[in-house]
Amino acid sequence: MSSASSSRRVPLALIIPTLLILLVALGYPIGWQVITSFQHYGMLQQFGQPPEWVGLDNYTALFTDGYLWVVIARSIVFCLVCAASTVLIGGGMALLMRAVSTPARLILQIALLVAWAMPVVTSMTVWIWIVDWRRGVLNWLLTRLGGDFQGHNWLVEPLSFFAVAAVIVVWMSVPFVALSIYAGLTQVSPEVLEAAQIDGASGWQRLRHIILPLIAPVVSIVLLLQLIWDLRVFTQIKLLQDAGGFANETNLLGTYIYQLGTGAGDFGAAAAVSVIMLALTVAMSWYYVRSLMKEES
Amino acid sequence: MRATKLRRGLLTLLAVVLALAWAFPVYWMVNSAFLDKATLSSTRPTFLPFGGSFDNFTTVLGDPAFGRALAISLSVTLVTVAAALAIAFLGALAISRFRFRGRASFVLALLLIQMLPAEGLFIAQYKMMSSVGLLNNVLGLAVLYTAAVVPFTIWMLRGFVAGVPIDLEEAAMVDGLSRTQAFLRITFPLLAPGLVASGVYAFLQAWNEFTVALVVMTEEQARTLPLWLRGFIQASATRETDWGQVMAASTLVAIPVIVFFLLVQSRMSSGLVGGAVKG
Repeated sequence: MSSASSSRRVPLALIIPTLLILLVALGYPIGWQVITSFQHYGMLQQFGQPPEWVGLDNYTALFTDGYLWVVIARSIVFCLVCAASTVLIGGGMALLMRAVSTPARLILQIALLVAWAMPVVTSMTVWIWIVDWRRGVLNWLLTRLGGDFQGHNWLVEPLSFFAVAAVIVVWMSVPFVALSIYAGLTQVSPEVLEAAQIDGASGWQRLRHIILPLIAPVVSIVLLLQLIWDLRVFTQIKLLQDAGGFANETNLLGTYIYQLGTGAGDFGAAAAVSVIMLALTVAMSWYYVRSLMKEES
Repeated sequence: MRATKLRRGLLTLLAVVLALAWAFPVYWMVNSAFLDKATLSSTRPTFLPFGGSFDNFTTVLGDPAFGRALAISLSVTLVTVAAALAIAFLGALAISRFRFRGRASFVLALLLIQMLPAEGLFIAQYKMMSSVGLLNNVLGLAVLYTAAVVPFTIWMLRGFVAGVPIDLEEAAMVDGLSRTQAFLRITFPLLAPGLVASGVYAFLQAWNEFTVALVVMTEEQARTLPLWLRGFIQASATRETDWGQVMAASTLVAIPVIVFFLLVQSRMSSGLVGGAVKG
């Protein structure tokens, strides 16, 4: 056996386990989903009746229903608000960490790391306890500050439900953004900034013309990741619904799919929404993945 | 000069205020975990756990539902970590030690798959698991978790494998070791830190996961720790909750995660943002 043919076979053998597990656990479900999205697959099919081909009916039904558009619009607005606030706050914190003394910076870094490390479900239990309408510390604080928030339930009104959800999502996401942008900022050489200052550049000019161009790559990557992650937000919304929000008025894409599939048993429609969501994610991820690949080669 | 000093002071103050804001929920969890029901249901919150006790922790630890969820979470997590490391290690070897046709598409596919949202797949995964009778099954859930973490684990490991110079291996082969021996004796020990970091990554993902577990672990007997915690959240919607116990439970779930996370955080971030930080 020539060594050329064996060295071609070795890497293929090495990736076989990866291919197998991905095919079984992801490939098969994706295939099933694409097929089912063109079928009528409801409760009867759950009990063994063969599904019926309906072409694009699931998609047309969803797109003419109106509710899907409401959910899509809500998801996009929620995603944009969260991602923009996260990157602004995170970027601001990164600049702040550069400006303050080392002890102050370390305190902020440690606080961010600990918040970042919290498992999502435990973060949710704490936040739900903080905003609890009976004894939550938030209502106590707002009442102390002069408002009338005794017994105020934040989760019943959709708008305040999403405000709470956005605060939680931003709180969870800021650490990654702040620390990544800070890591980018440490690459900006102090000599260059000093030289610019001597030449009379103001703080704003230095930020605009020196710092921002240098950290643009890392900022665009974290912004893109936030957009992708915030579009798929599920756990936070689901648990806030469990804690007392009304699902129909607060569904985003993820919880809507969950409701269609496990709640209503309409797997055809659930599959169609899932396919839409996957297509959106792949489209948004393309640029990110390409930029990672470019560095790799 | 005085203006700069004042400005610096204000910025330091701002940094400390932000640090307090971000740490507050974590502090609030631990603080409430030590307080009893009577203290927590007073109209004034208690900000320091003076006079607190470990009672909430002992109650939680003595709850058989906690023990059951812990056992399930631990077994799913351990199976996932072992399987993901074994599979990803081979995959990382392939992409960092060999140039083969289809390599670029393989890496591209891994990175894209890593971005797929669980929410866009879980209904189909539920149907698949139910058709093969693996709902509420530890191994079934571990298979789904392994597939979810393998792509990023390969991505993390490839850097470590590439970091071990192939010359070392070749030198050992000149000294009479076979390729496999050279790999096992020279390269493998140097990879240990990478395997630990990737293993911790897989651990964190499986231990914290909520979405997929929610759909495939439908029975109360099969709950993982995050699903067990969700039970308290659901209950709080309709009745008065003993938040001290919920916070003690949350603290117990979060502590191992916080410790492990702090160990691998920097490696995980560099895998996510890649060379964008290096400038």
